[in-house]
Amino acid sequence: MTELAEKQSAPAALPFLRFELAPILIFAAFAAAPAFASASGAEGYVLSLLTRVMIFGLAAMSLDLILGYGALVSFGHAAFFGIGAYGVGILASHGIEDALIQVPVALAASALFALVTGAISLRTKGVYFIMITLAFGQMLFFLATSLAPYGGDDGMTLATRSLLGGSGILENDFAFYWATLICLLAAYALSRAIVASRFGRVLRGTRENATRMEAIGFQPFRYQLAAYVISGMMAGLAGCLLANQAEFISPAFMTWQRSGELIFMVVLGGLGSLHGAIIGAAAFLLLEEFLPEILHAGSFFLNDDIRWRLTENWQMVFGPLLILIVLFVRGGIMGLLRRGHHG
Amino acid sequence: MILANAIGPFRRATGLTPHRCALAASKALMTATLFLIQALNGLQFGLILFLIAAGLTLVFGVMDFINLAHGVQYMVGAYLVAAFSAWTGSFGWALLLALPTALAFGLLLEALIFRHLYDRDHLDQVLATFGVILFLNQGVKFVWGAAPLSVPVPEILSGSVQIADGLLYPVYRLAIIAAGLFVAGLLYVLVSHTRIGMLVRAGATNAEMVSALGVNIRRLFMIVFGFGAMLAGFAGAMVAPILSVQPGMGDNILILAFVVIVIGGIGSIRGAFLAALLIGLVDTVGRSFAPNLLRVFLDPSAASQTGRALAPMLIYIFMAAVLFFRPSGLFPVKR
Amino acid sequence: MAETLLDIRHLRKNYGALAVTDDVSLAVERGELHAIIGPNGAGKTTLIHQVSGMLGSNSGQILFNGEDITHWPMHERVRQGLARSFQITSILPGFSALENVALAVQARSGSSFRFFGNAAHERDLNEPAMECLNIVGLGPRAQVPAGLLSHGEKRQLELAIALATKPKLLLLDEPLAGTGHDDSQRVVETLRRLKGQTTIVLIEHDMDAVFTLADRVSVLVYGRVIATDTPERIRSNAEVRAAYLGEEEVV
Ligand SMILES: Nc1ncnc2c1ncn2[C@@H]1O[C@H](COP(=O)(O)OP(=O)(O)OP(=O)(O)O)[C@@H](O)[C@H]1O
Ligand SMILES: [Mg+2]
Repeated sequence: MTELAEKQSAPAALPFLRFELAPILIFAAFAAAPAFASASGAEGYVLSLLTRVMIFGLAAMSLDLILGYGALVSFGHAAFFGIGAYGVGILASHGIEDALIQVPVALAASALFALVTGAISLRTKGVYFIMITLAFGQMLFFLATSLAPYGGDDGMTLATRSLLGGSGILENDFAFYWATLICLLAAYALSRAIVASRFGRVLRGTRENATRMEAIGFQPFRYQLAAYVISGMMAGLAGCLLANQAEFISPAFMTWQRSGELIFMVVLGGLGSLHGAIIGAAAFLLLEEFLPEILHAGSFFLNDDIRWRLTENWQMVFGPLLILIVLFVRGGIMGLLRRGHHG
Repeated sequence: MILANAIGPFRRATGLTPHRCALAASKALMTATLFLIQALNGLQFGLILFLIAAGLTLVFGVMDFINLAHGVQYMVGAYLVAAFSAWTGSFGWALLLALPTALAFGLLLEALIFRHLYDRDHLDQVLATFGVILFLNQGVKFVWGAAPLSVPVPEILSGSVQIADGLLYPVYRLAIIAAGLFVAGLLYVLVSHTRIGMLVRAGATNAEMVSALGVNIRRLFMIVFGFGAMLAGFAGAMVAPILSVQPGMGDNILILAFVVIVIGGIGSIRGAFLAALLIGLVDTVGRSFAPNLLRVFLDPSAASQTGRALAPMLIYIFMAAVLFFRPSGLFPVKR
Repeated sequence: MAETLLDIRHLRKNYGALAVTDDVSLAVERGELHAIIGPNGAGKTTLIHQVSGMLGSNSGQILFNGEDITHWPMHERVRQGLARSFQITSILPGFSALENVALAVQARSGSSFRFFGNAAHERDLNEPAMECLNIVGLGPRAQVPAGLLSHGEKRQLELAIALATKPKLLLLDEPLAGTGHDDSQRVVETLRRLKGQTTIVLIEHDMDAVFTLADRVSVLVYGRVIATDTPERIRSNAEVRAAYLGEEEVV
């Protein structure tokens, strides 16, 4: 994984102050958005879209913590999404509807899953690690599809959003939006602190040169495992939020394609900057939302049948886009911004 | 025939359809018969897995290239056979046409995309080949529509034969087993007794060494890649008549192929073969017998519920166990 | 006074049929600078790998500070006071020189399971790290990303990192390799100052450095120790001259 490290190494030494503007702008935009949403007339739609953006941003950011800072290419991160969502759904179906119980339980389950699968996966390196995390994610996916009492393949609808200390305040879309924003902000602040801390420094050091870290007396495994657990819990929190946002849970939350999309988001935004992952998630989801229209408008010169089929299969554009980004846009959106800055 | 639509997407993707057959009256005999059928299904499934995993493990072993798009090559094989058999009306002709087309398609992908990824890190490879999956899964919808296609079983291989007392088994599935064993044998001869095979083996152990010996490594890569793509395409073509051909059919089987090569040891054909058969058997037999086995410990309804939840997880638990004791698989090649 | 700090007994490492270290026995005394010389491919680096724990051994024993560390993992050996440098520079290129060393200080000072507080600003880490950088003469370059240092400076950084773990024994694998005259003078000077404070095992091809610095010299040829003695006597040892120094003169 040293190749990955080298790509990353430069920003770590750059004066980072210059780019601290980006997270401030991002969070200011999220804070201002509800006001615009009210003005836009399509309040519900805008709010729910942005809430999704924040939730996926949270999940992508949690992945960036181990991928960008630890060079651990986890291809099973959607599993934690699923654990969070099913934690909420399963408890709710047994009458435990308060987030103050659901969330801690879901986080504990995520942590446990991360601990067990991480302990096995981290014994391996490189491509084995990728495949094993992929396989563990798949394992959980199949477990979910076979949970007949909780909807099996089809998933199940939640009767209501979670209560918060007994109150139904989260039913209100604005309140839920703010709750999500607070979660995202808290997770971001926590991740920032972790990255700069003693622990984070060991993690970053291991990314660059694990042998060196061992030679000065660290045991990388322990730090990587701890980071994996923290990251898993954050993604689990995102899962809790997603279940509430969609008011629905399903195995589709944790397909391996979803894990791939999360990696895509992180890389699209730019590895190893945390807020880059949020930008990447926003870009991905907004593209997904508006691409059909863009395609429809952009293909006016084609005949109707092809045009219709193109719009229908808009996802076809994602693949080449992803390939082009990998081949040509090093450093993702944050990288572009950074390069723009330097002239 | 098997009703593909009545079962879940995973089963459709993997061919684990519980086969209907006339069962003898005695319960013990029934269990034995069922076991035999499941074992045959497992063997058939394992061989298909091997065809896919063989290419994947070679491509990884020789080129250090992780190719998620290998699964779509299986899908493309199935679609090609569907298209050609609709066109020619004959499965045999369709297969003959599909193989070179799958090969050409693999080489095209190699030249267009993969070639530029060999010296990138694994993350880049994963992402770009994921992009290929996204594109092709939609691409086949664009061309053939989203509805599953079906391919008729070739006339001479239709029907069932009695292979034991009261045990009927579809001829076509036996044909798959035979074809799978044949290709496995062929592969064995190719890899262990030819010059190309020797280079491939050497490449899996030490690629730099091979290129230092003056071998055109790019061409070796291309050959291995094209060959792997063709094997996957062949697997897709063979299962087309017993599964429904649909977008995304390669996705789940890809993960299973990964499990196979991780267990077998990346780069090892022998490991892939054994692991594929193991996974095929564990999965198929586990699915039908886990509930029965659990009945020993649990009451029947709990047993069947837990069993059904546990069965699809079995192979992953199996993989975790293997890796726990041998982190680089059963037959590690790289040193 | 002569108390053994590192005791290597009948150590062996095979790659297939090739014995890279072949029944090596070697005692390093506390406080001495013990040089190991030998032609290319003699197995010197392999021996260091085995002692530091990067490579396992096929047979034999390693005793360090009275304890049998043969099967200990690398990080525990480091905690016990074994530090090493690498023949092929191994640093964290994206970290500043100071951070590279501060991480080594961090490794021995308290828990690294601290999730809060900016480690880059911890004086408890930075001050000892700065000291080590000053010892090797890299003080003025503390804030430069290690990847951008010159080759000679990287070699010095390796040394500073090893020093920062406060070792009882320093295993240095060709610290002068590839350095220019000035840099190599500086490293020799540094080693001269360290000598006596820390026990040092020095692998080096630069014979001038070896013979001025070493208290004792061991000669490794084809994985075997053919002699261990004072520099003067090694210089005049016929077997050594034949096997090693002679070669050098021919070349
Ligand atoms: N992984 C390996 N597999 C096989 N042989 C190896 C391996 N590593 C080292 N060797 C062999 O072991 C021998 C000793 O190597 P080593 O690097 O220890 O020598 P050295 O004394 O440090 O040489 P130099 O002075 O060039 O640094 C060499 O012949 C080398 O080819
Ligand atoms: Mg050496």
